[in-house]
Amino acid sequence: MPAVSKGDGMRGLAVFISDIRNCKSKEAEIKRINKELANIRSKFKGDKALDGYSKKKYVCKLLFIFLLGHDIDFGHMEAVNLLSSNKYTEKQIGYLFISVLVNSNSELIRLINNAIKNDLSSRNPTFMCLALHCIANVGSREMAEAFASEIPRILVAGDTMDSVKQSAALCLLRLYKTSPDLVLMGEWTSRVVHLLNDQHMGVVTAAISLITCLSQKNPDEFKTCVSLAVSRLSRIVSSASTDLQDYTYYFVPAPWLSCKLLRLLQCYPPPEDGAVKGRLVECLETILNKAQEPPKSKKVQHSNAKNAILFEAISLIIHYDSEPNLLVRACNQLGQFLQHRETNLRYLALESMCTLASSEFSHEAVKTHIETVINALKTERDVSVRQRAADLLYAMCDRSNAKQIVAEMLSYLETADYSIREEMVLKVAILAEKYAIDYSWYVDTILNLIRIAGDYVSEEVWYRVIQIVINRDDVQGYAAKTVFEALQAPACHENMVKVGGYILGEFGNLIAGDPRSSPLVQFNLLHSKFHLCSVPTRALLLSAYIKFINLFPETKATIQEVLRCDSQIRNSDVELQQRAVEYLKLSSIASTDVLATVLEEMPPFPERESSILAKLKKKKGPGAVSVTDLEDNKREGGELNGGGDRGPDTSAMAASNASTPSPSADLLGIRSAAPIGAAPTSAGSLLVDVFSEAGPAAPSAAVNDDGFLSSAPPSEDPAAPLSEADDLLNKFVCKNNGVLFENQLLQIGIKSEYRQNLGRMYLFYGNKTSVPFASFSTTVSCPGELQSQLNVQSKPVEPVVEGGAQIQQVLNIECLTDFSEAPLLNIKFRYGGALQNLTLKLPVTINKFFQPTEMASNDFFQRWKQLSQPQQEAQKIFKANHGMDTEVLKAKLLGLGMALLDNVDPNPENYVCAGVIQTKGQQVGCLLRLEPNAQAQMYRLTLRCSKDSVSRRLCELLAEQF
Amino acid sequence: MMRFLLLFSRQGKLRLQKWFTPMSDREKKKIIRDMTTMVLARQPRSCNFLHWKDLKIIYKRYASLYFCLAVENQENELLALEVIHRYVELLDKYFGNVCELDIIFNFEKAYFILDEFLMGGEIQETSKQIVNRSIEASDMLQEDDSSEWYEVELFG
Repeated sequence: MPAVSKGDGMRGLAVFISDIRNCKSKEAEIKRINKELANIRSKFKGDKALDGYSKKKYVCKLLFIFLLGHDIDFGHMEAVNLLSSNKYTEKQIGYLFISVLVNSNSELIRLINNAIKNDLSSRNPTFMCLALHCIANVGSREMAEAFASEIPRILVAGDTMDSVKQSAALCLLRLYKTSPDLVLMGEWTSRVVHLLNDQHMGVVTAAISLITCLSQKNPDEFKTCVSLAVSRLSRIVSSASTDLQDYTYYFVPAPWLSCKLLRLLQCYPPPEDGAVKGRLVECLETILNKAQEPPKSKKVQHSNAKNAILFEAISLIIHYDSEPNLLVRACNQLGQFLQHRETNLRYLALESMCTLASSEFSHEAVKTHIETVINALKTERDVSVRQRAADLLYAMCDRSNAKQIVAEMLSYLETADYSIREEMVLKVAILAEKYAIDYSWYVDTILNLIRIAGDYVSEEVWYRVIQIVINRDDVQGYAAKTVFEALQAPACHENMVKVGGYILGEFGNLIAGDPRSSPLVQFNLLHSKFHLCSVPTRALLLSAYIKFINLFPETKATIQEVLRCDSQIRNSDVELQQRAVEYLKLSSIASTDVLATVLEEMPPFPERESSILAKLKKKKGPGAVSVTDLEDNKREGGELNGGGDRGPDTSAMAASNASTPSPSADLLGIRSAAPIGAAPTSAGSLLVDVFSEAGPAAPSAAVNDDGFLSSAPPSEDPAAPLSEADDLLNKFVCKNNGVLFENQLLQIGIKSEYRQNLGRMYLFYGNKTSVPFASFSTTVSCPGELQSQLNVQSKPVEPVVEGGAQIQQVLNIECLTDFSEAPLLNIKFRYGGALQNLTLKLPVTINKFFQPTEMASNDFFQRWKQLSQPQQEAQKIFKANHGMDTEVLKAKLLGLGMALLDNVDPNPENYVCAGVIQTKGQQVGCLLRLEPNAQAQMYRLTLRCSKDSVSRRLCELLAEQF
Repeated sequence: MMRFLLLFSRQGKLRLQKWFTPMSDREKKKIIRDMTTMVLARQPRSCNFLHWKDLKIIYKRYASLYFCLAVENQENELLALEVIHRYVELLDKYFGNVCELDIIFNFEKAYFILDEFLMGGEIQETSKQIVNRSIEASDMLQEDDSSEWYEVELFG
């Protein structure tokens, strides 16, 4: 039955609410609601006029239904009727309905306005407050037109009750924010300002919000508020904690009003009047002193209220930025908070120090806390606090500590939360550039950045490093050497390849003297990455190659050979094909002189604002990067001779001179072809590219390719698993047969069966081309601890797969104990001379060893309760990735291998399963419950197993399935 | 100013929503979804503040209910936390040891109390006594006119 209902209590409403709460399912709830809606509709339409109470009750029910998330398309008229009732409660419900449900462009506004007008002129304070609230809640233009001139009158009239004044002030503020042109203060200004002197603290508290907003817009007209605010503040700050009676909050006098006063003062520069200023400084000192006093209460409310005022005072001190003494005291106070045991205070201290760091008076004082802040970045458990620490390190960075801070940020980046990586990358890039004294450090930093967080390095960042290298003679040789070394890594990020291609194409000659980085070695190194890259990068590399021909005539024959091969000159991508054709032609018909002119070194980039800074600003929104930041950068930028938001795009590089034999428009194609998100798309095209050194070209290219395979052979080690290996694995959690993998060359199919703790898997490798695969071999491995958990035996396969043929391989699998990782399948073969090497995860997951267990409802719950230790349970709440169709869900759960139990869960919407995992060593009992929420498109999945690692693993696996 | 206040349960069920600026139903639904998932995912003993778009989110859990308040960027987080606490105190004073059920069954009262405390996203009255007095006064008015209290209910 309904819980207590206070006041008048609408019994029908309480009954209705408890009916809804008792509904066992969404359907039952909807049914109950529809029944109620039909009833209300018939009441409203009926011949019998409804009395006020019934109308109120039904309107209130409609409101409840709406708040449950259902649409309401009637009842508005009845609610408007309630507004004109003489009974307070009916009026109140009417206004509540309007506030919650009527949007600002409703046709009913005129009727509502009429009722409001009557209430405003009723002189009944409670009615007036209701009407003012309604205006503030709806706040439409039409309401502003109707009442903007009336409300200031109510606000300043001598006989207006205090509560009405409060409502009028805030109502006016609302209208001013929506339609400032309609609220004309003029004659009221000084009387509104003098509300700061009102005896009633509630009136001052409400009025000050209005005054602050008006002051921001018209500072001159409201200037007189400064001295009034200072004296009010001074009275509060110096009062004893009991003076203000109910406006004292946990022994803190008027915290809300104090903060509002301090905020109002932040709209103005420091007071000119010496006496006022002196009084204000005294207030600020008192507030800082109080922070050092022992607390008057242990309650967190006390310290929150006290510190709220302190932080607001510090904001004002920072805003004035003219009192070195106060600034340093503020900084020391925040320094104490950095080590406070309250997470909230640490968070706020970090945030507040960010602004303090930009003041010349306190910058040095902030810097003394660097170790604490670095420690926070490393040890805080809460990501939002770590984010603030990173912001503060950025803000406190200058020439003296840049190396330390950049190094710390780089090392944090290795484990940083994905949500803040991109921003961190931009910050590191900016700091590295801004405070670079020697450019070798700058180049090292950016290359490290690409190595650690390549996916998050946006175009702006790698464009920028190239701009700077181009513009600085003294760093070019070092840059060439460093990228050359970085490219030696077997797996390097595509952004690294881009930077490497560009820089070696321009400055490779600076390191060509060393036989270890001779022209051909450089070329082979770049070309070994070629096939793994996306189209825009490959286009860039082709441009680098033609630049090589100019730099190193001895590479001409090799490069021409590459350009001539079918995979380039007949590439299905128009841009690549065109480049190959044009560069080949250019290199064979142009004289050395012409070639040298066309392919001349890039001219320095024009100096402009750093494109990275622009990006950071865009990301954080206006105001995020302070003006000083910007000016600093201009200054430093000038020194750097850097800048230019034009990317060093490949066409500009290749066609730096207009005398190309082909129309330059063709060469410029890459600009539009290069998608902003080149990095993410590359993952998808990677697979295709691995094999895109297309077969038909092989005969003519074979000799040549072998040539540079021998000097820089692709690694014979098994490749790292494909980036989509986990997705492929997930597809097989609930099924045993299907196609595991497919690309242009190869298809891998799977059939598998399991019994107890044993399994047998048939793998089918199909050659989709007409050319045989040579040296075909596969290896199955169990990495790490999986070795002791799973036993997989395979027979070797035939070394040759003829074109169009399929071969089969059988694996025997034994589950020794439960496991979480998947075995790896590495496949290697030669296709047209090129080694293909790919690694997949074999879809052997723990659930394959399930034996379904049927049981009755009682048994289930008994066992469920037995498995009640917290670590035995794993739970996940997640969004539906697929449709929530019942049949599909059932099929998936059955595919999982457990028994799907009917009539167990009291809620028929939910699914309950039971099963036992069979391993060699032991049996693990598992219970599962899946609760779909169709409305929210969410699931809650709960697993309870007799072994906790199994609960966790199953939960992980299954959360990807629905 | 404050932009919105949401009350929801640990299971993510919305118990009260107050919007201080006009917003479409679609936007509201999206925000409710974002807030519940974001706040419910927070680890215990994390700080009570979050950045979300250009707003600061301040949340606190009281028994089974989460109070989630969004304020504009220049607002004071600690004070916002105390706005939540004062509202809880007001509810507690009115209902006497308030619990989630009180708010479910008397949602209109929860709105009325909030309206006495806040208006247009700003503080209207911080005194507990004054707010309570006006709520009690309106209850008195209700008792005067509840003559039809015992009329026959169709849904009993």
